[in-house]
Amino acid sequence: MSVELDVFVGNTTIMDEEVYQFWLDGYTVNDAVKVRMEGGVLEECEASAEVLRSDTMDQYRTFQMCERLLHSPAKLANQLLFQIPPHRQAMLIERYYTFDGLFVREVLGKKLSKGTKKDLDDVSAKTGVTLKSCRRQFDNFKRVFKVVEELKGPLVENIRQHFLLSDKLARDYAAIVFFANNRFETGKKKLHYLTFQDFAFCAGQLISNWTVGALDNMVEDMDVDLEKEFLQDLKELKILITDKDLLDQHKSLVCTALRGKTKAFNEMEANFKNLSRGLVNIAAKLTNTKDVRDFFIDLVEKFIEPCRSDKWTAGDMRLYLTHYTNSAHILDTFK
Amino acid sequence: MPGKLKAKIVAGRHLPVMDRASDLTDAFVEVKFGNTTFKTDVYPKSLNPQWNSEWFKFEVDDEDLQDEPLQITVLDHDTYSANDAIGKVYIDIDPLLSCEAATVISGWLPIYDTIHGIRGEINVVVKVDLFNDLNRFRQSSCGVKFFCTTSIPRCYRAALVHGFVEELVVNEDPEYQWIDRIRTPRASNEARQRLISLMSGELQRKIGLKVLEMGGNAVVGYLQCFDLEGESGLVVRAIGTACTLDKLIPGTESKEPVFSEDPPHPLSVPPTPLRTLPSSSSPPPFSPSKPCSRQSSSSDTDLSLTPKMGMGSGISVGKEAGPLKTLLRQQAQSALEQRVHFFSDPVYFQEFPFFTLTCFPPGFLVHIGGVVSARSVKLLDRIHNPALGNTRSYKLLDWNSVAADEPETRDAWWEEIRQEIKSHAKALGCHAVVGYSESTTICEEVCILSASGTAAMLNPRFMREGSVCVYSRFDDASPPSCGFCHIPYDEFNMPFPAQLTYCYHCRRQKVPDVLFTTIDLPAEAAVTGKGCLIQARLCRTKKKAQGEVNATAISNLLPFMEYELHTQLMNKLKLRCMNALFGLRIQISVGENMLLGLASATGVYLSALPAPGGIQITGKTPSDLSYDQHISTMQKRINDTIAMNKELYNIHPLECIEEVVGSPIPDRQRSRLFRSTSESSDELSELDLSHGKKDAFVLEIDDTDAVEDIQSLLTDAPMPAGFYSCNTEVMPGIYNWTSGLQMFTSVRVYRLSNANLTNQGLNKIFTDLCENLLKSLYFKLRSMIPCCLCHLNFTVAVPEEELIQVRRHTPKHTSPILYIFPKNILVRSGENEEQLQFSMELCGESTSSNNQPTAKPSVSSVDYGSFADRCSTWLELLRLKAHTIRRGSVKTKVRSRSLRSTRSLPCGAPVTVVKMTPLSFLPRTRIVKYLGIINMFFIRETTSLREEGGVSGFLHSFIAEVFAMVRAHVAALGGNAVVSYSMKECVFMENPNKNQAQCLINVSGDAVIFVRESDQEAIPPLIMSGQPSTTGADGTT
Repeated sequence: MSVELDVFVGNTTIMDEEVYQFWLDGYTVNDAVKVRMEGGVLEECEASAEVLRSDTMDQYRTFQMCERLLHSPAKLANQLLFQIPPHRQAMLIERYYTFDGLFVREVLGKKLSKGTKKDLDDVSAKTGVTLKSCRRQFDNFKRVFKVVEELKGPLVENIRQHFLLSDKLARDYAAIVFFANNRFETGKKKLHYLTFQDFAFCAGQLISNWTVGALDNMVEDMDVDLEKEFLQDLKELKILITDKDLLDQHKSLVCTALRGKTKAFNEMEANFKNLSRGLVNIAAKLTNTKDVRDFFIDLVEKFIEPCRSDKWTAGDMRLYLTHYTNSAHILDTFK
Repeated sequence: MPGKLKAKIVAGRHLPVMDRASDLTDAFVEVKFGNTTFKTDVYPKSLNPQWNSEWFKFEVDDEDLQDEPLQITVLDHDTYSANDAIGKVYIDIDPLLSCEAATVISGWLPIYDTIHGIRGEINVVVKVDLFNDLNRFRQSSCGVKFFCTTSIPRCYRAALVHGFVEELVVNEDPEYQWIDRIRTPRASNEARQRLISLMSGELQRKIGLKVLEMGGNAVVGYLQCFDLEGESGLVVRAIGTACTLDKLIPGTESKEPVFSEDPPHPLSVPPTPLRTLPSSSSPPPFSPSKPCSRQSSSSDTDLSLTPKMGMGSGISVGKEAGPLKTLLRQQAQSALEQRVHFFSDPVYFQEFPFFTLTCFPPGFLVHIGGVVSARSVKLLDRIHNPALGNTRSYKLLDWNSVAADEPETRDAWWEEIRQEIKSHAKALGCHAVVGYSESTTICEEVCILSASGTAAMLNPRFMREGSVCVYSRFDDASPPSCGFCHIPYDEFNMPFPAQLTYCYHCRRQKVPDVLFTTIDLPAEAAVTGKGCLIQARLCRTKKKAQGEVNATAISNLLPFMEYELHTQLMNKLKLRCMNALFGLRIQISVGENMLLGLASATGVYLSALPAPGGIQITGKTPSDLSYDQHISTMQKRINDTIAMNKELYNIHPLECIEEVVGSPIPDRQRSRLFRSTSESSDELSELDLSHGKKDAFVLEIDDTDAVEDIQSLLTDAPMPAGFYSCNTEVMPGIYNWTSGLQMFTSVRVYRLSNANLTNQGLNKIFTDLCENLLKSLYFKLRSMIPCCLCHLNFTVAVPEEELIQVRRHTPKHTSPILYIFPKNILVRSGENEEQLQFSMELCGESTSSNNQPTAKPSVSSVDYGSFADRCSTWLELLRLKAHTIRRGSVKTKVRSRSLRSTRSLPCGAPVTVVKMTPLSFLPRTRIVKYLGIINMFFIRETTSLREEGGVSGFLHSFIAEVFAMVRAHVAALGGNAVVSYSMKECVFMENPNKNQAQCLINVSGDAVIFVRESDQEAIPPLIMSGQPSTTGADGTT
């Protein structure tokens, strides 16, 4: 005797969050059943493995049918096929678009192309995230990217409205889109210690300070691209390192301000010229797309690593950069 | 020409991509009614077209308005080739024809294609201008309201109940027409959908006419069924109860003696504080069902064997002592007088005093006799004419003539059965049958027609002109909480042997020891403890046979099956320490080599009836010591189970304070329970023995079968804590419902691997299947605990081996398959409880061959205290925190606002939440308006079964689509719920080898608008409903 067909349909679509997570994580039905059994649901309800399997299958089918709708979450609210209470809809969407930090680190800044998708099995093997889940996450990135790419206005807000995501998740997606668009290199070994959230923070800063939208909300342009004009302007910073007088002047201003405030003062003073040269060089090269891609690696190599070898603390870094910026403003050239 | 239908096509959304090149669609719409067609302009290159058409006007007869659906077809314009159809929408405009129902249909409706399913949505507005037609000879019956609900609809008052109406319409099934060989599956499916829509329209119109003739204005308990007889055609039949309903003015309803108001808490007030509370004496009397043969198979058709049995609500003459005797005599006399009275009452003059209602206004039901049922096996004769290759076309030519007398044949069949039911009821001393229903199962050319109901005596005032307003007791003042239990028949001339005792409630009249009924528990009934779902399951093998032989074999088996089902029910009832069954549904389905019986009911302990006795086991060979030991352990297990169940269902009848002198509470009644396992004819003689005068309810273990039986009795898995289930509308003993409900449908198909199974093996498998299904449901709904599954409705079918057949390609399967379809849950939650209910249906499958009216059927009928044939169940769920399913409201609004602010998104008012429930009401809400009946039929077919996720995926999405379409149509009518929802038909066929599957679904229900009752508002009706019962009780004491 075998079960040929086994279907359960509710007027209000019944979904189990636990099973949803298994599905999202790319577990097969069998694996999910196994995990659920170990989880002890059975004892709780005196059910048999068969019951569990049938339930899992049902849920998986429901999720599969919903998946199409989840691709454009706005549809979920006005589709007629499934009657899902709004808070459940929000949960479904949020979870569907949630991604693994480990996975996203692997593809961050990569072109969201077919080629990258083909390599997902390597990523899967490396991160331990199932291939299915990797694909889902990758497709999510790509989908969000495609929709937002064409849209004008603030990036985060666009994502939030089109995909009905929470603010936090929308910001993360904005970071992903931003990185993918600018193709920032994040995969180099030297950058491995940085988490996605570190990059997301940077992306947030870049979006709010370096893009067209950042300057003028009224401008009908997008947040995805760095503002060309601004990058062009950065070239003028070169004077800080090419003009000997300015360099000295800048250094003395910074050192005066820093003196006595940090243990690393000596190193700061000694390295000032090198560090300043590093920073300004990075800034000045940003008109080059290739150099934009290497932005983070350059920052780490030319600035962060020297500082780290001098045992700066995060506070030292903040202090240094604040005074570095402030002092520059005082210089006559920039007045 | 009294009607003008107007339709406007507003817009479409989410359309499929029809042009691969542009990823867009050039859509336009055809609107068709009758033979008139209008078209909209083509809206080029969009998946969200805005047509905003003019009003298309159709001037039509109201007859057509009733019969025809409005047909909307969405197409993709193609300059070079034929336009591609995207899908269709059929709109039943019947709800617009009654001034009290909906006035406009407006909203987003799914565009449905029989091959691809739902493909986008279309926004339409439909209105009807109706001119009154006063022509006496009119053929239309516009304005007659139809309700699927089997009680008086909530916002109406029954002025008069006229009685039974029935009609049937026969046509050829388009699937079996010769043209089907050349047309596309889509065309064939659409022809079928359209035909059925037409036929149900016609049927409704004809029934409406009958109602008007009777002077009524509504049909309540409208039950429409399809018989897919394959090549012999398609029968659509319907039964219902004609009524005159008065609309209640909102607000005043709780003040009037509203018959439609079912008191949700009838028992919260002890009905008669003056009386010592009734109770049972410790060794309670019991007599098992008695076979009583009242058999009718009178018909021409007789292969009939006489099913020598009936399950009585067993009653036997009490030996009363002196002083009471006279009283009894008097009562008997008055009973006789009553009977005379009845003969003059209007019900008596009806041809069929049947009522499809299961729930009645207080005072309507006077006494209940017991379940009456009749079955008849008919043969749909096949035309065997291999020499003539073109049988089909020959048939077609002849069709008109055949079709012409077909309805008569079918009518005659049903008439026969109804007569039989009527005579059974009469034998029980009853003049009416309530909770009446009819059904068929078809397997190849054999067709079993079944009818069942509950024999009852009714208060004729409801049938007379201008009576209703006050509840006046027609009978000699039986208190409402027990009056219906009192026997309607003459105790000295009982229709079957049974144990009678004085009513434990009022001590004045006799009651049987067990009561079986097909109706819902009357709201005023006094119940001890909680109720529960009781199921009897049975599987019998049968030799494969053809035609007449097959029919004979089936009709020979039927009575045994019924007997055994009854025995099982009785045992399970005892085991749960209960004494009455409500909502009994028995379904017998026929397969090629097996018969399946599934009986479900809700067991209750009625306070008025005596406590059931225990079950005693005896062995046949008492000499064997180890055997004795075995028996005693078994006995112990049974006793333990009974004790446990008492706790579980909270059944603690009060001990008798004072023994009424001479009350005929006998010592332990002893009787034997016999099993009829084998086909041997000796069984019959043995059956007679069971007219027991022995002194306990004894299970005799005389063979291994019996052992297994007891095992199965005991192995019924107990419900997990927090779950309750029943198949009636409300769970007896639970009153704190919450408004959260969840309806579900579940379908299962099992393939039996081994065709050479024994009866026992099959029984075991079948029982396991049902148990597993229930377990699975409990598991799924565990998050809703405490919860109650209500109106749980099982339908089971044994598709024949070759059932699996799509579009008549020869099937290759060789093992039988079982289909089980449970259906419909509702979750309800209350102050601190939540209930969940559902009804399940196990649906059947059959292919039948062509038949001729000259069938060779055999009739077999069984009549017993109670039995029925379809099974409904509810599970109920109680929850400690009222929350779960909260819909609509805040979040949706927020969402939609944010949507509106987004530029590129298509329009979207949030989708209206539509609740669906098999119940006739929504707990904690008030139904303010009935918008009309929903009766929809869909066919879905696929030629890419694997791609759609196999059979499960296919059916899952189809059922979801059907739900979506029902919800959309209800929302378009302006409603927010469907009550009395049921999935009448769910026929599934597959051919995995060809990667094909086909499924037919028929659903029905009443579209309503409900408003949530605030808790304050909810209280007054309770008090009000409490009152009639108090007054009633006062009168009697």
